[in-house]
Formats: sequence, structure tokens, C-alpha cells
Amino acid sequence: MPTATDAQARPRTHRAGTVPRTRRRVHSVDRPRRSAWVTLLAGVVMLYTLVPLAWLVISATKTQKDLLGSPGIWFSGHFALWDNIRQTLTYHDGIFGRWLLNTLLYVVLGAGGATCLAVLGGYGLAKFDFRGKRTVFALVVGAVAVPTTALAVPTFLMFSKMGLTNTPWAVIIPSLVSPFGLYLMWVFASEAVPTELLEAARVDGSGELRTFVRISLPLLAPGIVTVLLFTVVATWNNYFLPLIMIKDPNWYPLTLGLNAWNDQAATAGGQPVFNLVITGSLLTILPLVAAFLLLQRYWQSGLAAGSVKE
Amino acid sequence: MTINSPAAAAGRGTPPRGRGRRGLAGWGFTGPFLAVFALVFLAPIGYSIYLSLFQDRLIGGNSFVGLDHYQQAFQDPKFWSGLARVALFLAVQVPIMLGIALLAALALDSGRLYGKGFFRVTVFLPYAVPAVVATLMWEFLYGSRFGLVGDINRAFGITLPDPLSPHLVLAGIANIVTWEFVGYNMLIFYSALRVVPHSLYEAAAIDGAGQWRVITAIKLPAIRGALVIATIFSIIGSFQLFNEPAILKIPAPNAITTYYTPNYYTYTLSFSGHQQNYAATVAIIMGVITMIIAYAFQLRGMRKEA
Repeated sequence: MPTATDAQARPRTHRAGTVPRTRRRVHSVDRPRRSAWVTLLAGVVMLYTLVPLAWLVISATKTQKDLLGSPGIWFSGHFALWDNIRQTLTYHDGIFGRWLLNTLLYVVLGAGGATCLAVLGGYGLAKFDFRGKRTVFALVVGAVAVPTTALAVPTFLMFSKMGLTNTPWAVIIPSLVSPFGLYLMWVFASEAVPTELLEAARVDGSGELRTFVRISLPLLAPGIVTVLLFTVVATWNNYFLPLIMIKDPNWYPLTLGLNAWNDQAATAGGQPVFNLVITGSLLTILPLVAAFLLLQRYWQSGLAAGSVKE
Repeated sequence: MTINSPAAAAGRGTPPRGRGRRGLAGWGFTGPFLAVFALVFLAPIGYSIYLSLFQDRLIGGNSFVGLDHYQQAFQDPKFWSGLARVALFLAVQVPIMLGIALLAALALDSGRLYGKGFFRVTVFLPYAVPAVVATLMWEFLYGSRFGLVGDINRAFGITLPDPLSPHLVLAGIANIVTWEFVGYNMLIFYSALRVVPHSLYEAAAIDGAGQWRVITAIKLPAIRGALVIATIFSIIGSFQLFNEPAILKIPAPNAITTYYTPNYYTYTLSFSGHQQNYAATVAIIMGVITMIIAYAFQLRGMRKEA
């Protein structure tokens, strides 16, 4: 699905062979010939990406028995997708639904909060000059390099003293800070919000908060969508943080729950539920894939702006 | 796009004036982030350093041991084997992954691709797949029972080497990580390529430069910043390797040790071994090593630019 900007930047090529040699110069800059070789190379990369996803979709249509008895990459005779989904949603009193709701809770509060903080902070750093700004920069850039696991153990111990472990807060609070989001928003705000516009608003007597909401926020929209998508992915896909913070399966997010189902086959006396692991995995990735596809125009323009400076 | 408008270009950067009341507004905007940042980044780091200097004993309670834990870590073969493993991973997997991502981004940007929109989205999709799900999927695909490996074995009557065996499991993990992040890095490179001014290409064409020359003389230098950033994130990611080995430990218990990567070692020490003080020490050492290498790479990468 080419976006509007693609169509503008790269008009369709002429029919191959009809372009006279003298016009080749124009042809090679903005209207290059389509190349079978380049497409073939790209096709190999695409195949590598798609085969596992195709396998997941196909496997989700099989019963546990057919999973073991039929070729992995093609459908079996019995189409069990709807039955698998029903089983996934009802297994263990519908715990999958509970995990889905937990994940949504962590994403709405964690990623939503992280985006708000990153947008406010990035805008503040980009558009105001204040004492200590350099220190803030050094701290945040340094923080990106700190391994999350180096933070996890002390955070776990701190939270455990505060009585926060095994509660949703233990997952939500650490998710609230996204140094990468702040950095992205900072670069984006420097580019997208003209300082002259802010000066004009100040001359007209508009307060900083009002200026931010009325003038800056609309200009920041593509950047906000980009930061939101990255924080949503980070929270939706998070495994390590809930793994150490949450012991009660009722507070598991989807990632932890799916792994628990998978482990079930390996434990003594456990019942293998591979078909549920596979169907559950498919259900877990669908919302994110949908979000990326629906919002791609917005987040990709935001990402392009974010890469200008670097 | 708004970013290319002259007004935005003129407004780039920070205003030189405006401390005082407006400086206060700056703190007002940045303050909430910093408050939470202090709670979830600075406080744990400080606490970690504190923990690394003490030892909690059953008899005698909490006592100050100075740098004993650091000394212990430097003589710990488990720590070193994990570090060597992630260093090998970094040296092999990261160049392969970034190389494929760069080729894909250049192919996209060349405009010579049929169906480029579809290509861009599909290659990026694995980024939306949680590491847990990606690892579970590949675990099944690697399996000789109902995975791809099993299918190929049956179809051709051969026995492929088992990707979950002790000497191949690191390559198996490298493949999973490559699969997950190739599209993400491609997009970072592609976004950077998109903003290279087209006048440069026209000038190059007038000078008679070929495709290869345009790539090496214009495109690669123009996206050096993006290459450096992507490499630094990959270095950090490699040193933090945890999810994939932790999940593969179930199907490959003999291939993956509890100290397979430094992060895994930290996790085992604190949650199975109850050695939180030593775990904090290992985590701090890994954090410092990561920062040094990322910083050294950044200096090198940026110096070439000048």
C-alpha cells in the first residue's frame, strides 16, 4: 500500500524500452526502471519474514492432532480455526480473556502515560531554554544504554518493600518512562513546531499551556502517533518486567500467559495445549498488526522527521 | 510533510532568549517526565550500587563488603562465559542483521522495486510480534516433529542438524533476533534515506555517477547517523539478551545454561539463587560495559562524519 508521499516522490516509471537513450539521465534519478533483480532480492527477505507468520496462521487452523500429523506449512483436512479460538477463549475458565484485559490495562495506562510524559517532556526540551537542560539530556541519553535487567532487580526489591509487586502498578509504573520516546519527541518537536509561531502566540497573550494545546499539539500529531505506537509495542510485548513482578496468573499479561501454556507440556503431568498456544499467539499479534497497518501513514511520516537530525 | 517547509527549518533548535518565567514553563513541561524517570531509573541505579557493596547474610545480617562482589565477578567463569557468548553474538548477528536491513532499505529507496509498499509493511511486521510469540513460533518451526525442520527432513529423506542442540542454539537465537528486528532497522534506514535531498542525485547523475557510486558516495554518508544509532541500539540489545534464551530453555534445557547470557545469570542469581547483592553487581558491570562500548562506537562513528 503506497502512501500519498510515495506517489509524489516517485512517479510511476515509463513503460520499459520506450524511453529514448537521451532521456536516461532523468530516468535514473527520479523515475528509475523497475528491476527484476532488486525485486528478487527483496522477495527473498520478504519470504524470510512471511514464512513463519504464514506458518502461524496455517497452524492456527489445525487441531492438536493434525499439528503433529500434517505438514507444517500447509492446511490439513480439518479446518479447526473457529474451534481453536473458542477453546483458547474458554480454556481454564476463560483466563485468556483476563490476560487480554490485563494487557490492555497495562498498555492504556503504561503506554498512554509514557506517551503523554514523552510528548510534554520532549516539547519542553525542544522549545524552552532552561537551566539544567544539558544535564537532562545527558541523563536521558545515558539511561538508554542502561540494561533493563540491571534496573529490574533493584526495582523489584524497591517495589517489593513498597508492597507493589504482584499488583498491576509494578508493571505500569516502570512502563511510564520511555527515554527513546522522549528523544524522538524532542527531535520531532524541534522540527515540526516553528518557534516564530509560539512567539506570535505569546505576543497575542496566550499562556504556555494554552499555546501548547491549541497550536503545538496539532503540529505534533504525527510524532505523537509514532511515539504512541512504539510505546504500545514495548508494553504489549513486554515479557521480562511482568515475569519478575507478577506471580499471580490472574495478573499475567498475554506474553506471560502464553509462555505458561507452552511450559505446561514440559512439566510432569502437564497437558500439552500446543493448538491453544498457537491460536493464542495469533490472537496476541493481530491487534498490533492491525494498528500498524491502519496508522502506517502517520507513524512513518513521524519516524522520517525523527531521523532528520541523526 | 511539515518538516520540509521553510518555516519549520527556520524554527529549528531552541530560542536563545527566554529564561526566567519561560524557563519555569520549560521545567513545567519536562518535570513530570523527570519525576517518574527519577523513580524508575535513578533510584534503582542508586539502590543497585548500594546493594553491590553489601552482603545480606543469614547470620550477622547486612554488612558492608566494599568491592568484594566486583572482585568475585571478575573471577567468575560463569559471568565470563556469558559475556563471551553475547560478544560473539554481537560480532556475528548484528552485522548480518544490519546488512540485510540496509540492503532492503536501499532496494526500497532505489524505486526499482515492484510492490514496494507491500514489501515495506510485510518486512516490518515481525516487529509487532512479541519476543515470546516469535520465540515460540521459531521453537515450533525448529522442531523435528511438526516444524519446518521436520517437514524438510521428511520431504527429502535427510536429517538436518537440530537448531536446538547445544552447539547450534546460539545460531538459532541469532536467527530469531534477526527475524524480529530486520524490518525495524530497515525502516530506520529507509526513513533516513527518504530525507536525502534529491538534488544530490541529480547532480551525481549529471556527473555520470552510477548506482553503486551514488550509494557509496551519497546515500551511505547521508544516513551515517541512522547507521550509528541502529548499531548502538543493537549493541545494547545484544548485551541484554534474555527473552529468547529464557523461553528456549524449556525445549532445550541442556543447551541453555542458567548463566547463558549475563542478563540471564543476573536473573537466576536474584530469583532462584537469592543472591541479590551479587546479582546487582553483575548487572552494574554489564551496564558499565554496555555504556563504554556504545559510547566508544558512537565516538568512532561520529568522528568519521567530520
